[in-house]
This record gives sequence, structure tokens and C-alpha cells, in this order.
Amino acid sequence: MSTDLAPEVAKPRRFKFNWVDSFLWFVRVAALIAITIGVVGSFQNFAAGEGPSATAWRDLIISSITTGSMYGLIALGYSMVYGVLGFINFAHGEVFMSGTMVGLISATMPFNNGFWDSSPFISIVVVLLVAMITSTLVAIVIERVAYRPLRGAPRLIPLITSIGVSFFVQYAFAGLFGVATRNYPPSPPGLAADLSIFGITLPISGTRALVIAVAVVSMIGLWYFVTKTKTGSAMRAVAEDKEIAGLMGIDVDKTIVTTFAVGGAMAGVAGLMWALLFRGVDFLTGFLPGIKAFTAAVLGGIGNLPGAMLGGVLLGLFEGVGPLLVLGGLGIPGVSQLKDAVAFAALVLVLIFRPTGLLGERLGSEDRV
Amino acid sequence: MKNKRSLRFLAVLGVFSLVAAACGDGGAEFEEGELGAVTVEAGEAIQIRSLNAISGEVAFLGIPNERAVEMAIADYGQIHGHDVDMGTGLDDLCSAEGGQQAAQTIVSDESIVGVIGTSCSGAATGAMPLIEEAGMVMISASNTSPALTSDLEGTAGENSFEGYYRTAHNDLFQGQAAANFVYNNLELTQVALIHDGDPYTNGLTTAFENAFTELGGTIVLHTAVTVGQTDMVPVLTEVAAAAPELIFMPIFPAEATFIVQQAGDVEGLEDVAWMGADGISVENFMNLPESENMYFSGPDTQFATNTNESTDLSGEQFLADYESEFGEAPSADFWGHAYDATTLLLEAIEEVAVVDGDVLHIDRLALREAMTAVAGYSGLIGEISCDEFGDCGSSVISIFQHNNLADHQASKANILYTYPES
Repeated sequence: MSTDLAPEVAKPRRFKFNWVDSFLWFVRVAALIAITIGVVGSFQNFAAGEGPSATAWRDLIISSITTGSMYGLIALGYSMVYGVLGFINFAHGEVFMSGTMVGLISATMPFNNGFWDSSPFISIVVVLLVAMITSTLVAIVIERVAYRPLRGAPRLIPLITSIGVSFFVQYAFAGLFGVATRNYPPSPPGLAADLSIFGITLPISGTRALVIAVAVVSMIGLWYFVTKTKTGSAMRAVAEDKEIAGLMGIDVDKTIVTTFAVGGAMAGVAGLMWALLFRGVDFLTGFLPGIKAFTAAVLGGIGNLPGAMLGGVLLGLFEGVGPLLVLGGLGIPGVSQLKDAVAFAALVLVLIFRPTGLLGERLGSEDRV
Repeated sequence: MKNKRSLRFLAVLGVFSLVAAACGDGGAEFEEGELGAVTVEAGEAIQIRSLNAISGEVAFLGIPNERAVEMAIADYGQIHGHDVDMGTGLDDLCSAEGGQQAAQTIVSDESIVGVIGTSCSGAATGAMPLIEEAGMVMISASNTSPALTSDLEGTAGENSFEGYYRTAHNDLFQGQAAANFVYNNLELTQVALIHDGDPYTNGLTTAFENAFTELGGTIVLHTAVTVGQTDMVPVLTEVAAAAPELIFMPIFPAEATFIVQQAGDVEGLEDVAWMGADGISVENFMNLPESENMYFSGPDTQFATNTNESTDLSGEQFLADYESEFGEAPSADFWGHAYDATTLLLEAIEEVAVVDGDVLHIDRLALREAMTAVAGYSGLIGEISCDEFGDCGSSVISIFQHNNLADHQASKANILYTYPES
């Protein structure tokens, strides 16, 4: 046992063979080689005129980025709650689902009376507001009912609770809305067409452009809120150290509610994106995007807000473009069925190279010990 | 001491003979087979169960099946003075896990004679090991995976079980029918296949691939989506790169909806023909404008004039009864199969049941033998004969083109091809 009085003398480091380390190095090198061969193979195929055309690649990348920005917005909620409370709120996927489900009500009526097509902008803003308000309310209620009574309990307990809450919300919605898949109306004609600005037609549909724009605006808004406003500073203080923040006169409970509300609002925005991109919703809609968004949060570095957004976009690209680019280049047929496998393999690889995620985790003082 | 023991022996003997007398003298006559038997006491009902997908995405398939079972039981009436009881409809969740869980519930009740189910082939692979073990029979109205029975050439499928029967067609027929139609009638040779990993969808795309390659066509891509997947642009990009003339996707409505809705976003799919199977020729999917002009293969449902020989009910009458009882038309195409499956089971029970006063003995092995021996039975779906692997279906497949968004029945009557060709 070394004490301060008798500091240990640093021994010269000697090379020591370690099976686990060498295995990890082997995995890293093998993965890099496989990815390189795959990508080179894809480029060769492309040069030879095989496989997807240039426009197909471009459309694929654009669609992957849009899906990814939706993951990113949901991931923000995971990251913020993790930063402040230090547990994964698995019910966040359901917060997202509740926004899309209730938003559907506000989309069906204007569609039936023709308002959806004649004033697409107002209709979409209404759906956005309804989805955001619903998700925010659901997030706040979940925090108040399920998590606040557990404040101070070991962290595993709210984690398990969140899984229970997730089932509760799913089946509550199954009871309210039924189990069948319901469809949002198709995008208004103006949005479904390719976007044109000042007479120049861009190779991206208005819907996808809108989704990316909404994601960027939300991210900037959130960044401004967290770094420049008083409430945002309070949130960061609580994330840093709840006790000290309390002593400094910050209302910790209120700040935590705010965190859930903001995360919920972001999930509501993602709900609108889902409605525009995929249209079909049911009570299980939140599950898979929730898992993907959690993955995105870990990929970018959990607790780190720009990391969540970056992780989301990258995960979208990995799962959308990855199978065709890497596996397709290796000559494997029917690769798109390996979409999820590629996405999670990418997560493992990133964590092998950077164990704290791409932009690094942000942890409170208790977690750094 | 010695006296006491013999006294006790006498007492036991006395009680035993009293019990034997109470049970009636027929007890000695009926001898149960190696799988055991079910004894239905006086005044009790014969227990059968319905195991169908009645919740979730695939409920459209299971609910009409379950209702048809109820109707068949009511129409059939009593068997040797005993009612038939279906209990509460069980749910197979359209998954192997769901099938297994429900089967656990079923086999724990030894009074159950047989099961009508499952809706999904995947669920049957989960349920059948337990049902087989318990000596029961299960008759499915809508399992079509070849793996559950045989390859139609005498080799048992990898998931075939004793005690398993079905009135649905074997998908080798459907694969052949679809391949013939695409190759001969549409004169297309480049086809891409999409399944979702379920034994039904995978079995059907594989059957199509074999039949189509045999005819001389080319499968340019055989890929899959996952259940619950929503972003279809990557898979469609891969499909478009393979440049097919037709896409055959015998999957379920949720994923199929996302596919047809996102196909417009992918370059190179503008002129492709689309074809689905009986999993998506349903209300929800056929309401989508994108599904117009798609081809659908499925069991032939022109049953109007067919009659079930046990209940004398015609297809037309069934639909009228169904409509008046449930206020809608059946949401999937296997109602006739479910009705016939039920009457077949009840007919077999009636045949093998040994009447013993007010008591019925139903031997499990004899019941299986009676099912396997079914031949020339006339049901709603046509003539039913079971083979040794459990395939009992009439196996008539028809292919229609969806040319009327407003009236699905009119579309379904727009039949372009029927197999076997007559």
C-alpha cells in the first residue's frame, strides 16, 4: 500500500504480453482492413458501372442523414437525462411515440377537409406543436410519478423502473389507440417534390430538406438554451454536482423537470420527422428508434449534446450506407438485411477505438470517481 | 396383526369395487393407446382450443380464423350428446415465442383434445414440439411454410411434427403458381425477392426462387427486411441496383407499406412491377394508392358454391352469416380453411370417440390416425384429403391484379391466373 509519505517510485515500463490487448489490436486491424477492402471494392464496382448509380448513392446518403438527424434528436433526450441523473431513461422512446401518436389526430382532420394540401405549412406547424406538447407532458409526468420518488435510490432502480414505464406507456397507447398501424397523410404535394430555391432544383425532396432543417434549428436552439440562458446554466450545474448546485440556491427538482421537458420537446420534434418520413405509427413505434437513439448517444459520448446529434447522424449513415458500401464491396449479396448488424458493429468498433464515444462522455462529479 | 392386515385389504378391495361399479362396466372395454386418451365425463364439454394471431400487426389474419372456429362449432352441434367448448381464444402473437407460450397453457390442460391454429407458420414451429409431445392434434388454417409438412416429393420438412395438419396450401404450390404467372403470363425474367426472415415469407420466396429458376428466369437479388424496420431506402437502393423487372415480396402489411411508400424516393424503380402474396392482400394495405396495379397471389377464395359436408353450409352462406354476426367481411382469406379445419377435427372426434353411457373416451392416437386418413372430404375450400405429412389443403392458388382501389372484392375477382391450370 503506498501512501503520500512513501510515494511509489515509477518503475520503468516493460513490454508485457497481454492476450486481451493483442486480441483487441487484432480486431482493430482486421476491421480496418475489411472496411478498406469493402470500400475499395465498392469504388471498383462503381467505376465498372455495377451496383447503385451515382444518383442512387446520393439519394441514399441524403435519406440516411435525414433518418440519422431524427435519431440524433431523440438521442438528445437520453443524453440530457443521463448527464443530469446518471441513468438511462429507457422510456424515452415511448415519449417520442406518444408525440407521433397524438400528432396523428391533428393531421387527420386537416387532411380530410383539404386544409393539409392547401396550407401545408400551418398544418405541419400544428402537428409539430401538438407532438411537442404531448411528448413534453408525458416526459414531465413520467419524471414526477416514476422517477422523483426514487431520487437518491441506487441508480439501477430508476433504470429498471424506466423499462417498466416504457411498457406501461406502450400498452396505455395500445389501449387508447388500438394496436393497428395508422398512417399519417402523405406529404403535401409542394413538399413531396424536389426542393427548388431561386429556380435551382436541388436533388432533395422538400420533406427531407425540412427534416434536416428542423433538426439543425432545434440543435442550435438547444445549444443556445443550455449554454446561454440561466436555466441552461442551472442544468449544467446540476449535472456537475447536484448537492453543490442545491447549496448555491438552484432548485434541483425544478431543473430536473426542465431537463425532462426539454428532452421531451426534442422527442416531439423527432415525432414530427417520423410522421413526415415514415407516416406509419403504432404503439410499438418508439421501441426501435429508442434503441437506435440510445446507441447514437453512446456513439457520440453519453452526456454530450453535440455528441448525441453527431452520433445520430453517423449511426444513420452507418446503417444506411454502410451495408452497401462495405459489405456490398466485399461481394456479399442481399446486404441490406444486415443493416442493424452493421449499425451495432459500427458502435462496437467506435468504442474499441474510442471507449468514451466520439466526442467524449460528460459525467457529473460522482461518476468521475 | 395378520388379521388386521387382511381386514384392511378387504376394505380396500371393497372400496375399489364400489368405485369400479360407479364408473360403469365399460371401463374395461376401452383401452387407451400409447398416446393416452381423454375422458369426457357426463355433462362435460369436449375441449378444443383456437390458437390464432388475434393481437398486433397480424390480427387481421387471426381474428377471422378464430371467428370461423366459433361459427363451425356452433353449426356442428353436439358430439354424442356432448357440447364442444373452445374456451377463450388463445393468441399466437405470430411469433415462435408466442406459439410456445400458448402451447404451454394448452398442454397443461389434459382435457384438451385438439387445437385449431396457429395463424402464422413461425408460431407453429414454437407450438408444435409441445403439442406433439402431449399427443394432441393441431390443425392450422393458414400456415403455409413447406418446412412444416413436406417438399411434396416425400421428404419431411425440417419442422414437421406428428399430429400437425393444415387445411392451408403448402407454399410450394404458391411459389410455383407465382413463378409460372410471372414467367409465362407476364413474360418477365428478372425478379428481385424480399422476405422478412419469418418461415412463411422466407419459405415462399425460396419456393418462388426454385420454381422460377427451373423455368429459366433469373433471380437478380434475394434479400430481406427485418420485422419492425421502417427505413426502406437502403434495401430499395440495393434492389434498384440489381435492376429487376418485378419485385415479389410476400411479407406482412407493416413493412410492405413502408416499402411501397418509399419506393417513389428511389431512382430506378419507376417501371418495376410489384407482386405480393396473401399476407398483404388485406384491407389496410390495399387501401394505399401505391398498391394499385400490384399483383397478389393467394389461396383461391371463390368458395361461394362449395359446401361443407358436415354442416351443409355454403361459402356464400358463411359470408352472409359472418357479416351479420360481426358486421364486417372477413379481413383475410383463410376463413374457409379455418371453418373446414374445425369441422374436420370435430368429425374425427365423433368418429373415434368411444361412447360409454354418458361418458366419452377419445383416444389420442386414434384421433391422429383418423385425421391422417381423411380423404375426399368436401369442405368450403373444395375437396380435402390429408397426406402423411399433414398437408390437407385443396391447394388452389389464384393471382389477381389490384385494379380497383375503391372496391377490393372487385379487385380480388379480377383473377388473371389460377393454379393448377385446368
